[in-house]
Amino acid sequence: MGETILEVKGLQTHFFTDDGEIPAVNKVDFHVDKGEVLGIVGESGSGKSVTSLSVMGLVPKPPGKIVGGEINFKDENLVNASEKRMRQIRGNEIAMIFQEPMTSLNPVFTIGNQLIEAIRLHNKWDKKKAKARAVEILKLVGLPRAEELIDEYPHQLSGGMRQRVMIAMAMACDPEVLIADEPTTALDVTIQAQILELMKDLNKNRGTAIMLITHDLGVVAEMCQRVAVMYSGNIVEEGTVKQIFKEPKHPYTVGLIKSVPDMTSKRERLYSIPGSVQKPGSIKVGCPFAPRCEHAFDRCVSETPALLEAGDEGQKVSCWLHHD
Amino acid sequence: MFSYTIRRILMLIPVLIGMTLIVFSLIRAIPGNPAQVILGQQASKEAVASLTKELGLDNPWYVQYFDYIKGILTGDLGTSLRTSSAISGEIWNYLAATIELSFVAMVIAVVIGVNAGIISAWFQNSWFDYLAMFIALVGVSMPIFWLGLMEQWGFSIELGWLPSTGREDVRNPIEAITNLYLIDTLIQGRFDQFVTAFKHLILPSIALGTIPMAIIARMTRSSMLEVMKSDYIRTARAKGQSMFLVVYKHSLKNAIIPVLTVIGLQSGLLLGGAILTETIFGWPGIGTYIYDAIGFRDYPVIQSGILVVATIFVFINLIVDLLYAAFDPRIKYN
Ligand SMILES: Nc1ncnc2c1ncn2[C@@H]1O[C@H](COP(=O)(O)OP(=O)(O)OP(=O)(O)O)[C@@H](O)[C@H]1O
Ligand code: SF4
Ligand SMILES: [Mg+2]
Repeated sequence: MGETILEVKGLQTHFFTDDGEIPAVNKVDFHVDKGEVLGIVGESGSGKSVTSLSVMGLVPKPPGKIVGGEINFKDENLVNASEKRMRQIRGNEIAMIFQEPMTSLNPVFTIGNQLIEAIRLHNKWDKKKAKARAVEILKLVGLPRAEELIDEYPHQLSGGMRQRVMIAMAMACDPEVLIADEPTTALDVTIQAQILELMKDLNKNRGTAIMLITHDLGVVAEMCQRVAVMYSGNIVEEGTVKQIFKEPKHPYTVGLIKSVPDMTSKRERLYSIPGSVQKPGSIKVGCPFAPRCEHAFDRCVSETPALLEAGDEGQKVSCWLHHD
Repeated sequence: MFSYTIRRILMLIPVLIGMTLIVFSLIRAIPGNPAQVILGQQASKEAVASLTKELGLDNPWYVQYFDYIKGILTGDLGTSLRTSSAISGEIWNYLAATIELSFVAMVIAVVIGVNAGIISAWFQNSWFDYLAMFIALVGVSMPIFWLGLMEQWGFSIELGWLPSTGREDVRNPIEAITNLYLIDTLIQGRFDQFVTAFKHLILPSIALGTIPMAIIARMTRSSMLEVMKSDYIRTARAKGQSMFLVVYKHSLKNAIIPVLTVIGLQSGLLLGGAILTETIFGWPGIGTYIYDAIGFRDYPVIQSGILVVATIFVFINLIVDLLYAAFDPRIKYN
């Protein structure tokens, strides 16, 4: 195990809406080690984006608010950091890319303008030096015609190219952690593979730790060393990729693994977990997965399981089947 | 940008031709003999015949239209029936007064309206937001003449701070060069007169600018709120950009695009509002000019006045379109 760079402990991010308080992130624990790729998987609405926005200090407020827990980045708890301090960290030490490459770049500024802005926010360079760096980083992320691209607008680029620009922008200041929130979901398969390859290279060559959010287990197998599985605002299982794929312990993880289309088997229909995600907070006591769990028993609805180590080498699970 | 500008200007030609056709038919749409109508029922046959000839109404309509266009192109806007002088010679004096008034009103409306809208959106649901939007709501529903009269009553009669009518102090008249008094007084280095001219502008321009200001503020606010929710704003913040630049750089350049439409539209409507404002404040502008001409059935003046105002309206729209393209890179390519 490497040295931890980002540690999230008991994080609670709630939304205060007209329908009441929604615990979108409910006591979440995980950590990212230096230079590793951590996958966070889970169905839509499980709180993956809210978790990453919490780390960035970008949860829309109101209605959202971090109501508890710690986000320890190096020696600092970001939950208590000032906005001024957060601005120094964002884009410089922790950078983020988003799911929607088509809308994540500002349509009325050139690629160069937006890239140079990112560079100059954290380096006291003159325009010329920043521009040279912008061209360099565009080349690094594999974009052709970097010199011309600088003067083009986002609408002149394809989705894949825009996501490369987003990655270039995120990597511009050499961050220690890159949060990638479903960076390939909106792209078609071949482009997806290229973008993942690019991120893998950046991770290898620059040692950038990546927190990769996805609901594609294939991507996890391809990219990550460790995985955290999220369900309804909670982490329900965490372990190495091998542990999660070979010996999933939580019934939800088991279901997820089963639902991956398997080329070798002749199964006609994909397995999918019956039912759908509960709205976060709808279950006050007990295991949030209980309504969909085929193994549920009495204790599951009367007591809430915690994320605890189970079995071998650091695999953690939150399920009464595996705890006393 | 250059070819786009040229294209947009060429597109104006049919609009301008259509406009002249409408203005041209205006006088001819009067039932019966326009000359008779203009002169009244008591007029002698000879007088009617001579006016008919003077107005060229005895020719076939296409000859009349051709003459009319020829006149416009050579800068001949006809002769005022009331003053018997060339309209082209006197219209600028009035027009300049209106342009000065409208320009100042629009500057007030845009500067205050846009900024109030931005701050309201930035601090949504704050006391500033509530207050600004309350004022804007009152502002849009405020009749110009009522606001104008209240201003005159409060600031001129009660407080005596500002003049209530006219453009200048009659005891210390301004020497006209361009007839834009703010400019003329500066050219002549007459700062005392500049201040006087400016003081005369304050009340009428506020009366004229309030409605557009309120509309612009509301439009800017809703446009900003929309933009500030977008993904690229989140990206800008994720870079570590300050809220001020996120708002004034990243959001505003996007949010201003729909506001430009409103600004253009309001600038056009301002010319309508100017007629009312000018009447209340005794402002010798084009509104007063046309208004007086209507009273005297001075059709050539009405015709030319409307033509000039409509032309300005068309060019304001051209400027708005060009600004669009300047702000939104996507426009030039589609
Ligand atoms: N602005 C908001 N206002 C109110 N509730 C919100 C808001 N944003 C998120 N939530 C709540 O947080 C929950 C988790 O949302 P989140 O976007 O983190 O899910 P996700 O795991 O990223 O899903 P997806 O895979 O679809 O991106 C949602 O179910 C929703 O109830
Ligand atoms: S705790 Fe109970 S309900 Fe929850 S996953 Fe385990 S067995 Fe199923
Ligand atoms: Mg998400």
